[in-house]
Amino acid sequence: MTAALSRRSFLSRSAFIGCSLAASPLLTPVSFAAAPWENRLVVIILRGGMDGLDVVRPVGDPSFAALRSRTMAETGFDLDGQFQLHPALGDLMPLWQAGELGFVHAVSTPYRDKRSHFDGQDLLEAGTENLGSQIRDGWLNRMLQQIPGVQADTAYAIGHSDMKLLSGSAPVANWAPESDLRLSPQALRLAELVMESDPQMHAALAEAMSLAEAGRALGGLERGERTPPHLQIARYAADRLNRDARIAAFSLNGWDTHRAQAQTLTRALGPLSETLLALKSGTKQEVWQRTAIIAMTEFGRTARENGTGGTDHGTGGLMVLAGGAIRGRVVHGDWPGVGADALYDGRDLMPTRDVRAQAAWIMRGITGIDTSLLERHVFPGLDMGSDPNLLF
Amino acid sequence: MTFSAEFAEKRFGYGLSPVIKPVASIDAMLRGISATDQMAQSFPIENFETFRLRMMAATAARKARRQAQDTGNEDAIKRFTKQRNVINREARQAKADWLLRTLLRRTYTEQAFFERLADFWGDHFTAQGKAGVMRRGTSPYLETAIRPHVGGRFADMLFAAITNPLMLHYLDHDRSIGPQSVRAIKNQGKFGLNENLAREVIELHTLGVDGPYTQADVQQLAELLTGLTYQVEKGTRFRKDFAEPGAETILGQTYGPNPGMGPIRQVLDDLATHPATARHIARKLAVHFVTDVPPTALVSHIEQAFIQSDGDLMASYAAMLEHPAAWQTDALNIRPPLEFVSAAMRALAIKPEPLLRHGEKEVAALFYGPMALMGQRFQQPNGPDGWPEEDEAWVTPQGIAARVEWAMGVPRKIASPLPDPREFVAHALGATVPGEVAFAAAAAESRHEAIGLVLSSPAFQRR
Repeated sequence: MTAALSRRSFLSRSAFIGCSLAASPLLTPVSFAAAPWENRLVVIILRGGMDGLDVVRPVGDPSFAALRSRTMAETGFDLDGQFQLHPALGDLMPLWQAGELGFVHAVSTPYRDKRSHFDGQDLLEAGTENLGSQIRDGWLNRMLQQIPGVQADTAYAIGHSDMKLLSGSAPVANWAPESDLRLSPQALRLAELVMESDPQMHAALAEAMSLAEAGRALGGLERGERTPPHLQIARYAADRLNRDARIAAFSLNGWDTHRAQAQTLTRALGPLSETLLALKSGTKQEVWQRTAIIAMTEFGRTARENGTGGTDHGTGGLMVLAGGAIRGRVVHGDWPGVGADALYDGRDLMPTRDVRAQAAWIMRGITGIDTSLLERHVFPGLDMGSDPNLLF
Repeated sequence: MTFSAEFAEKRFGYGLSPVIKPVASIDAMLRGISATDQMAQSFPIENFETFRLRMMAATAARKARRQAQDTGNEDAIKRFTKQRNVINREARQAKADWLLRTLLRRTYTEQAFFERLADFWGDHFTAQGKAGVMRRGTSPYLETAIRPHVGGRFADMLFAAITNPLMLHYLDHDRSIGPQSVRAIKNQGKFGLNENLAREVIELHTLGVDGPYTQADVQQLAELLTGLTYQVEKGTRFRKDFAEPGAETILGQTYGPNPGMGPIRQVLDDLATHPATARHIARKLAVHFVTDVPPTALVSHIEQAFIQSDGDLMASYAAMLEHPAAWQTDALNIRPPLEFVSAAMRALAIKPEPLLRHGEKEVAALFYGPMALMGQRFQQPNGPDGWPEEDEAWVTPQGIAARVEWAMGVPRKIASPLPDPREFVAHALGATVPGEVAFAAAAAESRHEAIGLVLSSPAFQRR
């Protein structure tokens, strides 16, 4: 939607009130200028600690089979002879075959030992070396702060969840597709009228109406129809990325699989699979080709199963990559092995790469931002190391 | 610009009510702070000592469950898992209930300035649980560490807040152990200092980020605070074996050399009455209650009162209220989401009885979810710096859309019946009703939309 269009539709809906609104200088539609770069980046936070060892199973590692029995009830899909994809992600195999799906194994933030979701997610989104630093914004926002020309609609935090990684001084659009302002036309007109005296509130309402209209125009969100929230989010993200948005971030929950993991992890993987497929089908072909999706989690889980058919909070985890811009059909990373001596603290997958360095290299490829800015400002103190070649 | 009863309720309280008379004077506002806490009696909320019993029960269930797992006793595993789940569910339900009680206190209080101050200080001393039942502990923490000290000395509130188990847990101080302590020397390389609490005490709670301190002061304070910890079974206590031996120097002042609660109390008293703290607190009060960029004269006036009274909060509040700039009516702040919802409940005089029967799921649908969309997840700010003050943080497209949706959709579910919109306009907005709001309330197609429009109006949302 262009600025002119949203202003016109807004005004025509307001015509009922009379000419006072049309003459109002208070209506300031967001100026939608071209974004500073063309590629798209989608960051998905997988909250709860995804079990990377079950999602991309190291079946070629001789020590693996002894660690898992109940979580491995069903056989998955062979990736490269060494790794096997979880059976619940079968719908993604065509993406893998097309080189549009990949993984980085044995990654983690610098977070160690306490294994709290709260701290782990805080660190993942702050992108800092440790907790309690004075940095209070998120790394994706700090990236935006480094690039001139970022507009209010360059980056979107989508959905209910609070996306700390996008919070900070750079402008970011926040929108949850469920806040669709589905009010009667007259109630909306009157809401505009009562806010007319307040430029700040009035502008926010005007933009909300145009965002909500864009969401409704996507369809599938009709009253009574139960589109699951993750699909609403994915469709909305795809629509925004087709337009002026260059960055979208949102969350998927349900990864804390302490028990009956064969079932509970399947329930979390379904939405992940559907989300990735909806992003592909919702974006235009030329947009998808320029899109990198990264899904990351606060930590991995214990190498061994626990007593209730699940796994507990661990350390090394898995990063999921998708999109036309990533170098797929590869399980990237430095595999540490899961033999007793190779485990971190005798219990978790040993992290061999910093998840922030992977994200940093992807941002470098997507936006062209300087390595030194990434190491100094976006992830202060990070050593990005050599290019892991995660993108084309 | 001076005191006006209606404006006092809006700016310094939770707005107007059809059943509670506006406060009569500045004196009455101040008296309301030191008077008996009526609302705590009408709508009680668990204190932290009682909440600690939940923590103990949860710990016991966890231990028993682990034991059962170790011995492979399937029946016992099931029993203790169930026990743990019940404890967690009850705590979740309790938290939902405390939100309702918090709202009802604001709906019916005649001491609204006191309630607003309790909220202000709860945010200043933000603490939240990070795991298990602790995640529900914020209301009990506020009840014990904040509320009793709102009309007292700042130093006493500081001490109560940072020695509370929830704060020690939130800022990782329970794991901070002096590098030369008995405990660390016995277990080489396993324990160390955690500066988180010390840093926030200086940066957020007292001197402020622009204050006259260095990293060395943070480190020395962190060492002085070692030993301050809590046990689920006993509450806050000082553990000598965690404490860093020797004296520490903070802002040029030496504390010690014998570790203990004495020197900790002393350094907190000194920080609490430091001139930089006075400046920091004065500014925060003015920004929160008056406007995002407050007049310097107002800040200085509060600051002087704070310094001259050695951090007496009543003197500081009195200084704010007596200053004409406190009553200026331009650049009004927007009410943050929880305050907005509270003010709506007050304007609608929502009845306690049906409301308190709501379960956790209903509370989520009526309050948690909408407030998250408004940008304020109940008692879960992003960090120890609490909720933002600037209007830009709240007046976002999604934030405003969520407010309008809540205002049109939720009151009809909790107020029965909804008031007549033409009367409600005056109840909610007082003597000066903007013409367009009166028009909208009369022109709306339905009663619930009319109520929603009044609540959505800038005249209601700003104060």
